[in-house]
Amino acid sequence: MNTTGRKYAFYGSILIASLIAPWALSAYQTQLAFLWVMVVFALTWDLVGGQMGYTSFGNVVFFGIGMYVTAIIQRNMHFDIEEYVHVAGAVETLKPSEYLAGLLSGMGLGGIVAVVIAAILGALILGMGMRGQYFGICTLGLTVAAGELASGWEYIGAGSGLVTPVFPDGLGERGAFFYYIFFLLAGVTFITLKWLYSGRFGLAINAIRDDEDKAEAMGIHTSKYKIVAWCISAFFLAIAGGGMGHLIGFIDPTEVAFAGATFGVWMILMAILGGKGTLWGPVIGAIIFHITQELFWTYLFGWQRVAMGALIIGIVVFFPLGIMGWMRERWPERFGYRVEKNSVLNASKGGQV
Amino acid sequence: MDGLQILFSAPIFSLQLIIDGILIGAIFALAAYGMALVWGVMKIINFAQGEFVILGGFIVYTLHKAGLNLFLCVPLAVVALYIVGWILYHLIIVRIVEKDLFISILATFGIAILMQQLMNQLFGADVQIVESKLDTWFFFDGNVTVLQIKVVGFFIAIVVGACLTLFMKKARLGQAIRATAQDARAARILGVDTNKVYASTFALNAAICGAAGALVVMTWVIQAFAGLAYTIRSFMIVIVAGIGNVSGVILAGLGLGAAENIAGFILGTEFQAAFVFSLLVVILVWRNFKLSLKRRYLK
Repeated sequence: MNTTGRKYAFYGSILIASLIAPWALSAYQTQLAFLWVMVVFALTWDLVGGQMGYTSFGNVVFFGIGMYVTAIIQRNMHFDIEEYVHVAGAVETLKPSEYLAGLLSGMGLGGIVAVVIAAILGALILGMGMRGQYFGICTLGLTVAAGELASGWEYIGAGSGLVTPVFPDGLGERGAFFYYIFFLLAGVTFITLKWLYSGRFGLAINAIRDDEDKAEAMGIHTSKYKIVAWCISAFFLAIAGGGMGHLIGFIDPTEVAFAGATFGVWMILMAILGGKGTLWGPVIGAIIFHITQELFWTYLFGWQRVAMGALIIGIVVFFPLGIMGWMRERWPERFGYRVEKNSVLNASKGGQV
Repeated sequence: MDGLQILFSAPIFSLQLIIDGILIGAIFALAAYGMALVWGVMKIINFAQGEFVILGGFIVYTLHKAGLNLFLCVPLAVVALYIVGWILYHLIIVRIVEKDLFISILATFGIAILMQQLMNQLFGADVQIVESKLDTWFFFDGNVTVLQIKVVGFFIAIVVGACLTLFMKKARLGQAIRATAQDARAARILGVDTNKVYASTFALNAAICGAAGALVVMTWVIQAFAGLAYTIRSFMIVIVAGIGNVSGVILAGLGLGAAENIAGFILGTEFQAAFVFSLLVVILVWRNFKLSLKRRYLK
């Protein structure tokens, strides 16, 4: 079989496996739905952190924004706000059509709001040329500030959180419903990023990662590319957040929405585990991480977050290339890099052309 | 904004806030000094700075609960953190010194996560405090109260800071640390064992944080997850003051303490943390704005 045929067979089998997965493993539908969100996390983090080289601790902010916007749209469309807040959500069950309308318009609007906020923050932070450790700490501050502000804002439920409406009858199983939403989202994210990386955009952000000053000197509008990359990341994260809020059913400002200590850390871990700066790396990292995380929960209960911290250190210090990065280093020909024979220099640096 | 009205009708309260803020600000300055030290010498921003502070606090808390004299606990916490820092250096940091930025950011961030979760497991997630049994001073008919322990903590912070400055100026190791900060390669050529200097610097930083943590638990509260705020505060102080500017660090620390206290009073305590973190973002954006202006000017 030629390469194109093999490629189609590969993508086809993934598609089929993904479509039947919730029925084959029906006990794990919610877990599988989470898996696709993890894939979106890792992919969008890798866009900024891996391909562009900006170590961001603040991507989870957009996830939280999407979550809150969707929940608030859903609430304001169908319920009396006062009443809703007082009885913590469960006023009455929505009709399926109402639920869908609120959810989809909320997710769409959440994406737009997140892009606008990302553009403003991007212009202030990235556009002004903040880099490296400063960018890292700044985004870390953003995450915590967002969580603290949300905890103090009465309109969105403040510290006691916000409940999303009960999942209505008539839309099939809850887990499967969200599974397909997130699967679609992860698929669209993957295809968009694959398309972006294959063109000028990908080259530009890789140039920014390798040497930003040189990239700028060569005439690349670095600020523009950086802000656009940040916005794309924000858009998909916000949509994922909108769905996630409804799947979990309860939005806590610091534990669910702006969860720097869980989702915020996981997205980084998944991307570097799979191999930052590669297309498939984050996907593989997300799958492996999600499985090991379940194992951590089962066998290391209470210590799973300790293990998570140790895992980050271990990967960053001893295995910084990640799985895909390591494979690229090991078999550069498979990744389309030409290797000169009998050249010690190329053999040792093969992957990093 | 009720707080603001109170401040206008009774200005004496703002004196209270400023005094409290300055007394706690000295501790912030101490932790920031340690961060500037590691940053200047090793070019690493230690994201786990706050966790060292909290660990120092928990050590004092545990020893004090075991029946030790409170002021004896402080040097013990310093020694314990020195050992922790030394071990961490040889396990992890030695592998990330002089590596690229990405690795050092994420590795120290990983240490921070690991430490907060370990402390959460070992000491619990509750807010802890050590009772000092010292008195309170009253001024202005009791409108301004000053806890004596805060004053004691303030002076301990100053003494520790003074000893450090002296150490850096006079001691052989201090001079080696300063030489490495200026130019690691030149220092190596001139016979300084930079690896040893790095190890001592990192351990020294941890020890400084241990002292700061000991003071925090005496004068304020500690909690397993409160470390991040100290990392952020130290970072803010260092970038406002500049690396290697000791008097700047002290002034910025005291100022931050006072500003935070006043903001917490005006906005309400639930927004005090939000204020600290938003202030960080604002300061960084402002700094970059100034830098970009300078750059435009050079063109």
